[in-house]
Amino acid sequence: MKTLNGTRLTAENKALRRVFILAMALTAFTGFGQMPIFKRYYISDIPGMAWSADFYATHFLHYLGASVLLGLFAYFILDYILTGKKHFQLTPTAYLRIILMAGIVITGILRVFKNMPDVLFSPAFTVFIDISHLGFAMVYLFTALVLVLMKRGWLVEADRYRVDSV
Amino acid sequence: MDGKISRRSFIKGGLAVAGAAVASSLPMPEAVKASSVEELGTLIDVRKCIGCGACVEACKDVNEPKFPEPKKPFPKMYPNRVKVSDWSDKRDVDDRLTPYNWLYIQEATVTVNGKEETLTLPRRCMHCQNPPCADLCPWGAAYKLKNGITRINSDYCLGGSKCKNVCPWHIPQRQTGVGLYLDLLPAFAGNGVMYKCDRCYNRISKGKLPACIDVCPEDVQKIGPRDEILKEAHAIQKEIGGYIYGEKENGGTNTIYVSPVPFEDLNRAISKGPGRPNLKPKKDSMAQADNLAKAMVIAPIAGMAAAAAKFFVGAKKSMGSEDK
Repeated sequence: MKTLNGTRLTAENKALRRVFILAMALTAFTGFGQMPIFKRYYISDIPGMAWSADFYATHFLHYLGASVLLGLFAYFILDYILTGKKHFQLTPTAYLRIILMAGIVITGILRVFKNMPDVLFSPAFTVFIDISHLGFAMVYLFTALVLVLMKRGWLVEADRYRVDSV
Repeated sequence: MDGKISRRSFIKGGLAVAGAAVASSLPMPEAVKASSVEELGTLIDVRKCIGCGACVEACKDVNEPKFPEPKKPFPKMYPNRVKVSDWSDKRDVDDRLTPYNWLYIQEATVTVNGKEETLTLPRRCMHCQNPPCADLCPWGAAYKLKNGITRINSDYCLGGSKCKNVCPWHIPQRQTGVGLYLDLLPAFAGNGVMYKCDRCYNRISKGKLPACIDVCPEDVQKIGPRDEILKEAHAIQKEIGGYIYGEKENGGTNTIYVSPVPFEDLNRAISKGPGRPNLKPKKDSMAQADNLAKAMVIAPIAGMAAAAAKFFVGAKKSMGSEDK
């Protein structure tokens, strides 16, 4: 089964994939950095990593990475609808990743909204979105790691997929 | 006490807060709930404070049930750089902020109208309008109420001290050996609970005044809708040719000080350090993130525009090749 992760990656897809991986790595790292653990566990003592103990810096970079990801997701979704759907089909594991990512994005958007001046959420709802954002992110990262090891991609050629499915 | 702003409008606001508190028991965004509660601000007139400490004592008395009762010995924490913060044997300390002292009196010997004078001023949490402690708390343990109070929920707080780190005045104070972290991974995560002034949210929800305001014999503090408090602060400022602190600091707070001398002078004269906040100007800590959050809306639009452009360019190309 040939997937987009295999030999058929175009130059554009390769570049976008790199941007996606970099943005995911940035948001994951700075996301964990929202917890006060990098100083405690000497990460910020590593030369060049002092910024990781600056909560304002990690928060800003987390927002920046999230902006890039939001742009990429919007591009991928519309590109799939307009062009990709004719040639490719989402794999079952892609649906799993999309559901988990949707959880991260929705709770993340709610958290950004909550941080705006004059926007207040109830304490219970704030705790819920904070913990579910972290939960979705951890499950996504674990799932993505397993799927990478299993060499399961996002897309498969539409015709081939139908044949394979039979 | 002059009830013009404080009592009448305060009780009106307090009843509305009580109503909102009932509604807020549901886990849903308050932003979508119907509520007309205004942010309450406090006015601290530095001229009136005689430094008697009645507010400090009253704060300790009414908030005693909220104070930490840590279990000892404390669990060993790793790595070794994690320090225990224990104030449980120093509960009487009242010359700085501690987990058992949420308000204290600062002294400043300054020149007022050519005469040397010692001014005193109560210091506690400023209750910022856009509080970084609440915005950046990773667990939602710190949060702001619609009436302008910023609270730390001691049931959820893990004592990571991030709120203290990001607070422009480093107000919250940690007590080790208490709270949720003891039930999770006490050796490897968390370090107690953070404590600070909650502006007597529970008294306010019953229509009562915060204890420090209630007992003050000199009516140093007033509480009321923030815009009215600001109006009064500006009127005093104009009358005495004075200075204001808290209106614009950190993007605006709900604690407004009025002083007959510049706050730079007061800041130079006060004792500063851990648990003793300064009186420096503070830029809006959350401004950069708030601007980026607004810009975030553009990202998905740009992504969709790029995908649409790719589609139309592709369609044009294929039409061109068909024509040939």
